Amino acid sequence: MRRLDDYDTILRQGGLDRRSFGKLAAMLGAGASIGALMPGIARAQEEPKKGGDLSIGITGGATTDTLNPLLSTASIHAATDFMWGNCLVEYGTDGSAVPELAESWEPSADAKTWRFNIRKGVVFHNGKELDADDVVYSLNLHRGENSTSGAAGYMKQVSDVKADGKNVVVISLESGNADLPYLLTDYHMVIMPKDSDIASGIGTGAYKITEFDPGVRVFGVLNENYFKAGRGNCASVELVGISDPAARTAALQTGQITIMERVDPKTVELMGRAPGIVIHRAAGGGHYPMLMRCDTAPFDNLDYRLGLKYAANREDIVDKVLRGLGKPGNDHPIPSGDPFFAASLAQRPYDPEKAKFHMKKAGYGGEKIPLSTSDAAFSGAVDTAVLYQQHAAAAGINIDVIREPSDGYWDNVWMKKPFSLSYWGGRPTADLMLTVAYKSDAAWNDTFWRRPDFDKVLLEARAELDKAKRQEMYTQLQTMIHEDGGALIPMFNDFVDASTDAVKNFELSPQYGLAGMRAPERVWLDA
Amino acid sequence: MPDLAWLIGKRLLFGVLTLFAVSVLVFAGTELLPGDLAQVILGQSATPETVAAIRAKLNLGDPALVRYWRWLSGILTGDLGNSLASGRPITTVLMPRLGATLFLAATAAVIAVPLAIILGLLSALWRDRTFDKSASAATLAAISMPEFFIGYLLVYVFAVQLGWFPAISRISPSAGFGQKLWAIALPAMTLTLVTTGHMMRMTRAAIVQVLSAPYVEMSELKGTPRKAIIFSHALPNAIGPIANVVVLNLAFLVVGVILVEVVFVYPGMGQLMVDAVAKRDIPLIQACAIVFAITYVVLNMLADIVSILANPRLRHPR
Repeated sequence: MRRLDDYDTILRQGGLDRRSFGKLAAMLGAGASIGALMPGIARAQEEPKKGGDLSIGITGGATTDTLNPLLSTASIHAATDFMWGNCLVEYGTDGSAVPELAESWEPSADAKTWRFNIRKGVVFHNGKELDADDVVYSLNLHRGENSTSGAAGYMKQVSDVKADGKNVVVISLESGNADLPYLLTDYHMVIMPKDSDIASGIGTGAYKITEFDPGVRVFGVLNENYFKAGRGNCASVELVGISDPAARTAALQTGQITIMERVDPKTVELMGRAPGIVIHRAAGGGHYPMLMRCDTAPFDNLDYRLGLKYAANREDIVDKVLRGLGKPGNDHPIPSGDPFFAASLAQRPYDPEKAKFHMKKAGYGGEKIPLSTSDAAFSGAVDTAVLYQQHAAAAGINIDVIREPSDGYWDNVWMKKPFSLSYWGGRPTADLMLTVAYKSDAAWNDTFWRRPDFDKVLLEARAELDKAKRQEMYTQLQTMIHEDGGALIPMFNDFVDASTDAVKNFELSPQYGLAGMRAPERVWLDA
Repeated sequence: MPDLAWLIGKRLLFGVLTLFAVSVLVFAGTELLPGDLAQVILGQSATPETVAAIRAKLNLGDPALVRYWRWLSGILTGDLGNSLASGRPITTVLMPRLGATLFLAATAAVIAVPLAIILGLLSALWRDRTFDKSASAATLAAISMPEFFIGYLLVYVFAVQLGWFPAISRISPSAGFGQKLWAIALPAMTLTLVTTGHMMRMTRAAIVQVLSAPYVEMSELKGTPRKAIIFSHALPNAIGPIANVVVLNLAFLVVGVILVEVVFVYPGMGQLMVDAVAKRDIPLIQACAIVFAITYVVLNMLADIVSILANPRLRHPR
């Protein structure tokens, strides 16, 4: 009952940030430039063909689903939101912020006040023309104490949203944030007509929702007035909720669907060899840390932490647990595709000698070190712990793998046990990732690592508009976590989807799988 | 036969009483959940204000008896309330799912029940011969495999390799009856394979038992043909146990097919209840539980009535 566990996790944890914890919501990737990572993927520049019916087998559907974007948590919800709606800003395939319903924007010098120029001539499905009031209304749904929105966490820093004339929206922040445009790419924040029913699915998107059977099927027909050139190519798009990976695979093989979200890592190779099937693989920001509590002995000793970090053979874990569909981690949470990734920081190797040295220095005498794990943390967490046990044994470290019950893992183990496995979905920006999990006062500072100097640089970097200076600051922050932090991060995972070879222009996104959940509007069918 | 009407009426009355008891249990079950219902619904994201809001919305301040009566009278008038997670009326959520489940169950039953009874009869008739042994081996093999495995096997053979039937059972509302049958061919086959073994073995055992009774021996000695013995003596006397096992399997077809629903992406009741449990959608869970309970109670009642009708001793109790 994998799905049940996932939902359970989401529910127990509530709130946006915890939501992204569940495997179902493993979608919030971090900013990355995928073009550089995956040169083999053709950036199809052929003229898009119009027409055809696209059918996507996708996870996360439940009978309890609604069209209300505020409540979106899983893949099917995000893809639905992007079928009928648009945000102010689009997360570009190269990790840049691309104008969507906002044509352009400019920040004040302190990055506290932002003016967004709203695109003119865009029409909602109900015939109303988009103006600044609609944007203000839509963004305000995510603000205030009682907002049920999954994006309410991000929007807490917004102190005011107001219209300045018909086509300008001014957003004021509590403190400067150079990443505001990225925050507005969140699928919860699609723009709806002012005072409309928020569960009606009426937006400006490429597809008008004509059928909605919760958890089973979402069907939309092309919006002939769509404002983006070359987007919205298929005559109709349907999302089919298929939670079972084997059923998704069979449906794709037999042509009942044209795109399949989330390929089971175990079958990627086989599927790649099947005729007529194409695998789409994108590097993302989701990662699997082994958390050491820096406030608890013996993990409060830096040498102890370093010893354990050198004792992990990351390549081996990526090969065996992720079947190669991922990248080794470097003990900080920023993925290699992020614009602010610390490229100058050397990858920590597997070095049993160094591990031995540090453990000895920390006074380790060969006693058992309990490591809590469960496949509730992520699928493969138990295997990861057992592999690590073998790697560490070569350095004379005695890891005791404790299989915790899946039920209640996030309540009873995560942030409770001193050494445990966990999962983080990536975040759209480096700032968010570091803020949510590494700032001293963060609610989910799950390594209990507290460094006032880190917090200071983090806040400075957030408000810094100069890209070179920001790069320097973020490198400094990643280095601090890499050298001193409590997270042993062995790997980052990839998003893996598949489609028939008729599907063209499947633009990979570092943010989420399924072409950034925007496959419905991006792809076209070569019939 | 006033006696018979009274017997059946009594059985119906017991059925209603059982349902009433089940409704008390279902309601009490949710009352007994540790902590406050509003807390349970909200989970960790609960704040005092949201808890208060939910409590007010669900009238949790009222005494349990009052709420139970309100809930029960709602059910009796066909008003199951609204789903907490989606806000939609439960009847509109539930009915299509129940319809889908019953359609699949009925299709599987129409194939499986006659098949099982005929196989069982023939096995009893040709006891210990090749037919009996191979039928037993085949059906036992089928029930020994988990249903999802059978499902995947059928998908591999009939959908992926041969392409005769769809791999996932999607039914559009506008589809005709034939198309619907085609769409659910594989799940219906899976369920047939899963249930036939049990029913067939029980049919065979019941008839074999009757065949060893002295009066059958007597009739054999009198030279009655074997077929006549089976159809006019053995079968009527074996109907009671056969009806019971058939009913047990019919109930399984309605309430126990969640894995088959997942494998074939079939939107039935099982998936609905799992989703409801995952989202802590209490009214929806209660509604599903009641529907499942009604299925069991009604089917068991039918089995009892069939047994009564088929058995003169029960028909004329002393």
